[in-house]
Amino acid sequence: MPRWGMVIDLDKCTGCRACETACAMENNIPIVSDDQLAMGRGITWMKVLTQVSGEFPHNKVTQVPRPCMQCDNPPCAKVCPVKATYTAEDGIVAQIYPRCIGCRYCANACPYSVKYFNYYEPNWPGDMRRQLNRDVSVRPKGVVEKCTFCHHRLQKAREIARAENRPLAEADFQPACAEICPSKAIIFGDLENQNHRVFELSRGPRASRLLEDLGTEPKVFYLKKEI
Amino acid sequence: MSDRETILAGLPQDEQDLLRPLVQTTGKFWYAAVVLGLICCFGLVSYLRQLRYGLGTTGLNQPEYWGIYIIDFVFFIGISHAGTLISAILRISNAEWRRSITRSAEFITVLVIGFGAVQPIVDLGRPDRALNIILHAQPLSPLLWDVTSIGLYFTACTIYLYLPMIPDLAIIRDRKIKMPRFYRVLALGYDGSPKHKHLLEKIIGVLAVAVIPVAISVHTVIGWIFALTLRPMWHSTIFGPYFVMGAIYSGIAALLIAMAILRKVYRLEDYFKEAHFNNMGILLLLMSCLWAYFTFAEYLTAFYGQEAAEMRTFWDKLSGRFAWPFWIMVISCSVIPFCLMCRKKTRNVRGTTIASGFVVVGMWLERFNIVVPTSVNPRLNLYQPAGYTPSWVELGIMAGTFSGFILLYMIASKFFPMVSIWELREGEESLVKLRHRVSGYLPEALSAAEARTAEAVTSP
Repeated sequence: MPRWGMVIDLDKCTGCRACETACAMENNIPIVSDDQLAMGRGITWMKVLTQVSGEFPHNKVTQVPRPCMQCDNPPCAKVCPVKATYTAEDGIVAQIYPRCIGCRYCANACPYSVKYFNYYEPNWPGDMRRQLNRDVSVRPKGVVEKCTFCHHRLQKAREIARAENRPLAEADFQPACAEICPSKAIIFGDLENQNHRVFELSRGPRASRLLEDLGTEPKVFYLKKEI
Repeated sequence: MSDRETILAGLPQDEQDLLRPLVQTTGKFWYAAVVLGLICCFGLVSYLRQLRYGLGTTGLNQPEYWGIYIIDFVFFIGISHAGTLISAILRISNAEWRRSITRSAEFITVLVIGFGAVQPIVDLGRPDRALNIILHAQPLSPLLWDVTSIGLYFTACTIYLYLPMIPDLAIIRDRKIKMPRFYRVLALGYDGSPKHKHLLEKIIGVLAVAVIPVAISVHTVIGWIFALTLRPMWHSTIFGPYFVMGAIYSGIAALLIAMAILRKVYRLEDYFKEAHFNNMGILLLLMSCLWAYFTFAEYLTAFYGQEAAEMRTFWDKLSGRFAWPFWIMVISCSVIPFCLMCRKKTRNVRGTTIASGFVVVGMWLERFNIVVPTSVNPRLNLYQPAGYTPSWVELGIMAGTFSGFILLYMIASKFFPMVSIWELREGEESLVKLRHRVSGYLPEALSAAEARTAEAVTSP
């Protein structure tokens, strides 16, 4: 069974936020009005966070793209009272929208705050509704959602590979953010497969994970800046 | 004078005093009931609005997922520890002064627990799917333990309220002062015979013991809902016992306020005496010391750890944006009740009521200080701290549930005597038992001498 994971090279990330946009288009993420955004209710499965360190004028800025960490030991899945969020066989932490009761306990339990709640019915201005992705369900109001590593793409790629009677290759399944990244900072693949780039990178000396000491075992690795 | 009042006038004095609220209703009662009813309606309208448009009508955001509803949930379930736990402990320990206060305490429990239990449902994004908690139960979730323990607690408390009320219901049935069929059904054919009485006392004795672990489990599990996550200042082993202690503390305070009001409006000065307030005041004093101890232990542990994520929340509470609610909580949960309750002079009706008022407010703030500051400070330091301003929908629902509780309590006092008539009468018998009990503690020589003097006093 593959163990899907992501390596993000902080040296290469320019903070262009193409991943945020690609993710929003791919996953039918609702557009939130300006005043709702000001209240802190924006939904961004992939979010580029900015870390500023050092004193002026010697500031150092790091852009940190943050998807769901897809932990091997997810604190969110433990607390969900209805098993609407759980670790699927391929290691991806799944969300069942039609079962979620909207208690937001998982959102509170996530140390990375990657879970988003639909405060209102989802909304797209003007014609935008017509370009929704048919492979991804639109979430109703009152449920929690988060990054799924574009799980619908995996399902599709797996079926195609099976039909063509060949193993799944790295290029077959790439989430939207990894696909779009212009500086190739986001690398995606099977962490246990030696032929995938993430195998080597995630085991390299530059790799680390967010809040590693919590023991959540995230499957998203960050390559630290060298310059 | 109506028929009911003629019957009432012919009853023994204690029944007259305690059953009067059942047959006479003053204009002030109706006035208060209408005002509270209107606030309830406002709460209902607020909730309908939230159902229609979603939780967007609240002030909640990301990452402040839990607000007023969860605060009220913890607060109400805390208040519910007033009744059953206190009355069970007092019953088991044979505290004779309990007799007049257990009933009013147990009523608080049963009524407030209902209002507490609906709060998480109000908080749900999809209340229509609430049954999924049973259909798709995930036994590892503390939320499921919570549903189980609150359900069990509510059932146990209702039985524990009802059973000791049966002899009083039989009195009302026999006196025919109100709705005869209603009370005939409720009294279950109790006739006061020694057999019935013995059976009833046996069941109450067993229930009083059984209800204590259930009550402790309820608030422990509520503490665990927070403590079993990795959030800074929630992930702490002290939360279980801290929540139980806080629950009992706020429960005692709520009970004292209820006693003071009942005493005034129904003129029960002879039943809720200064001695009762004094004794309850001593309990309040003990709890205020325990509260200070637990709180100090919690913050000291967090401070010495100096973990960066913890310290952000820690300083936000002590000197940051939440300094006002934090220090008001400290003053009204420890300084004011301690100063008022440690002197016998201020441990009177007025003093205990004032102290209790502060404790209730302080304990609500404590729930606020647990839920909000941690929520708005995410563990990952790449996020900016968020803010939280409750919307009028949340405040409306909060006002509605508070008034709903008071209104139901008022209505209950019109159907059931708020002081146990039969248990007070039992008090006379226990004077003899008490003599036996105390002499049982004494050395043989002294207890024999004591029995001789008792005989000399009783047989002239």
